[in-house]
Amino acid sequence: MAYQRVAIVGAGITKFVRRAQETGKELAAQASKMALESCGMTMKDIECVSLGTAPDAFDGVHMKGEYLSDGSGGWRKPYMRQFVGGGTGVFAPVHGWYHVASGMFDTCLVVCSEKMSSCHPHPQGAFKTIFDHTTEQPLNPTLIWIFALEMNRFMSTYGITKEEIALVSVKNKKNAMDHPAAQLPMEITVEDVMNSETLAWPVNRLDISPASDGAAAIVLASEHVAKRITDKPVWIDGVGWNLDSAYWATRDLYYPRYVEKAARMAYKMAGITEPQREIEIAEPYDPFDYKELHHMEGLLLADRGKAVEMLLDGKTQRDGDRPMCPSGGALGVGNPIAATGLMKIIEIFLQLRGEAGKRQVPGNPKCGLAQAWGDLMQVGTVVVMRI
Amino acid sequence: MRERVAIAGLGYTAFTSVSPGSSYRELTYEAAVKAYEEAGIEPKDVDSFVCTSEDMLEGYSISDEYCNDQLGAVLKPAQTIPGDFLHSLAVGVMHILTEQFDIVVVQALSKASNMKTIPDLLNFAFDPVLNRPLDVTAYALAGLEMNRFLTDGRATREQCAAVVVKNKANALKNPLAGYGASISIEHVLESEPVAEPVRLLDIAPYADGAVVMVLCSEKLAPSLTDKPVWITGIGWSTDSPTIESRDWSGAVAVRLAGDMAYRMAGITCPAREIDLAEVNDEISFKELQHLEALRLFEPGQAGRATEDGQTSPGGALPVNVSGGGLGVGHLFECSGAQKVLELVLQLRGEAGSRQVPGAGVGLAQAWRGIPTTSAAVAILSA
Repeated sequence: MAYQRVAIVGAGITKFVRRAQETGKELAAQASKMALESCGMTMKDIECVSLGTAPDAFDGVHMKGEYLSDGSGGWRKPYMRQFVGGGTGVFAPVHGWYHVASGMFDTCLVVCSEKMSSCHPHPQGAFKTIFDHTTEQPLNPTLIWIFALEMNRFMSTYGITKEEIALVSVKNKKNAMDHPAAQLPMEITVEDVMNSETLAWPVNRLDISPASDGAAAIVLASEHVAKRITDKPVWIDGVGWNLDSAYWATRDLYYPRYVEKAARMAYKMAGITEPQREIEIAEPYDPFDYKELHHMEGLLLADRGKAVEMLLDGKTQRDGDRPMCPSGGALGVGNPIAATGLMKIIEIFLQLRGEAGKRQVPGNPKCGLAQAWGDLMQVGTVVVMRI
Repeated sequence: MRERVAIAGLGYTAFTSVSPGSSYRELTYEAAVKAYEEAGIEPKDVDSFVCTSEDMLEGYSISDEYCNDQLGAVLKPAQTIPGDFLHSLAVGVMHILTEQFDIVVVQALSKASNMKTIPDLLNFAFDPVLNRPLDVTAYALAGLEMNRFLTDGRATREQCAAVVVKNKANALKNPLAGYGASISIEHVLESEPVAEPVRLLDIAPYADGAVVMVLCSEKLAPSLTDKPVWITGIGWSTDSPTIESRDWSGAVAVRLAGDMAYRMAGITCPAREIDLAEVNDEISFKELQHLEALRLFEPGQAGRATEDGQTSPGGALPVNVSGGGLGVGHLFECSGAQKVLELVLQLRGEAGSRQVPGAGVGLAQAWRGIPTTSAAVAILSA
């Protein structure tokens, strides 16, 4: 190992809401301030800044990274925005990781900010501009429409029912009851999910995470700096990312092989050979309820077609053998696109430190994983963390 | 001593005002195939791909989704940097310095001819609450900044025009350049006013093109190339994006980025150690402002040096021998790529009739354009 080992030493997160009064800049500044204060640091201690934020079309601001730079603490510092669509929130720490791991910097502030509510009448409108101009946009697709195709394929491949998948939504929205930043904490039943409005069969309204405004931030430090700042650094031991073809219509949607490739890259770096045994807690990306199961399989945390059995057996509950999305996930805490993945990283950070309060899982987990996903069902980003 | 990163393969298209024969994906494909061919690699040999794109320039949201097929990066670690190519180059350098990656491919593209409303687009980069309602064009900002530069006594109007004359003349010797011309200072001063004192010929015209480079670790370099060019220093920085509170005189971000790159490359006296420079000249006066921010000239001296021919091809410090943005064309996020490309050709001794004799250390600098204060600098050596 020739790189500097990198730790997360501080974290901050704003409340996720449907429509924040704050601008995207102000949300970024709030999260950054919280992260710095959590570890007793100031911007003077920060050598570089990595920003994650998703499409400019949400805010209608061209070069949104430039616009958000001062709110993110990037003023007169090496500051760079990175991008892998919806996978951005977990990729932002990866981007920060190689700033520090390369030896070029010892500290890095990683900020993810998303303001979706500026997009009228609904942020789904911005997603209509992600499709191929020649082959797809004339069909007038929406994002929910292609998710419906993928969910249907996943269900029909393994004979999974909508009722079974709805249990993910029930679990995550309930987990979110204990998350102070949560937008949609709810106690609901499978019937509530089944009876909610059908948007594009088989996707119902309660199968989907909400549109949100919010921001999250973490502080990364090299080993020798981290040990000075905290006695509980959480190490980023593996990072992975992978991008599949933009021609999504040409691949079989039942299995996210790009997620598997990203996971294998991260596992290799972290020296993990048996993920089902070694990864004790995970935050797979759950913008739709079936995605949690889909991603557990891609991450090799469940055998193909078997994630649903872990769900039905209660293993993925917070007090189960393999807790999944103990935060409440995108379904419960909310889904401010780029900030969601970083929220998941922060959940694993707090869980491994034993600081997750009412959300704390039993058993003092030592190794966890967060994952995000995005673009045209084509990106996987994975971070493996240890304490 | 940190490991060095080499540029081992170079692929590029010509830079032209329109490119009706190729889609934006085909421009990247052309550059990628050439770069892989030169380095003797296949996409499967590459550890990660770094693309450069901004959604609104590409005409898509989440533009990274369309960056990988034409690079052969399907099912590979690939990402986008919404910045200049030099930012992406910095990412490639960091990847290799972790020693987890041996070969990284970096790409940038401009398909400016696809953009029908560039001035409106640039207006979308203004603060949506405080500035956009003023409905000024982006060039009005350039006019304000140039005015400040002139009234500070940093250069004369004629010295700014001399930059245009020099760079367009340089471009005549660059077969890749789209806007070479033999013009005089009077032509520039008498061209159509855009936002006084900025005139039409002070502005780099838009161009299309793509560049792909193969980077590799020091230990792998001998197996990929006989003529490695080393990235010995790289730096990037921002100043305030807020128009009301930024420093209007000194291109602070460029100075900070330059200092970071010099520190990494171990350069203590840039004016003596840099043999040639490719700096951002999107508006004529910017070349002078940037040369001073980079400590290549004392404040207020770059204009006179340009008039005296010191920055001309035969001068003490040739600047924008390629033709720069004014002569090659403004390539948006690909601008820095064209500058690095020129340095690599010069340092390898492959620059033909515009070859700078004895070129050993070169500097490339990018600025992200109006209305940003974001800059990056790379130091390359043979």
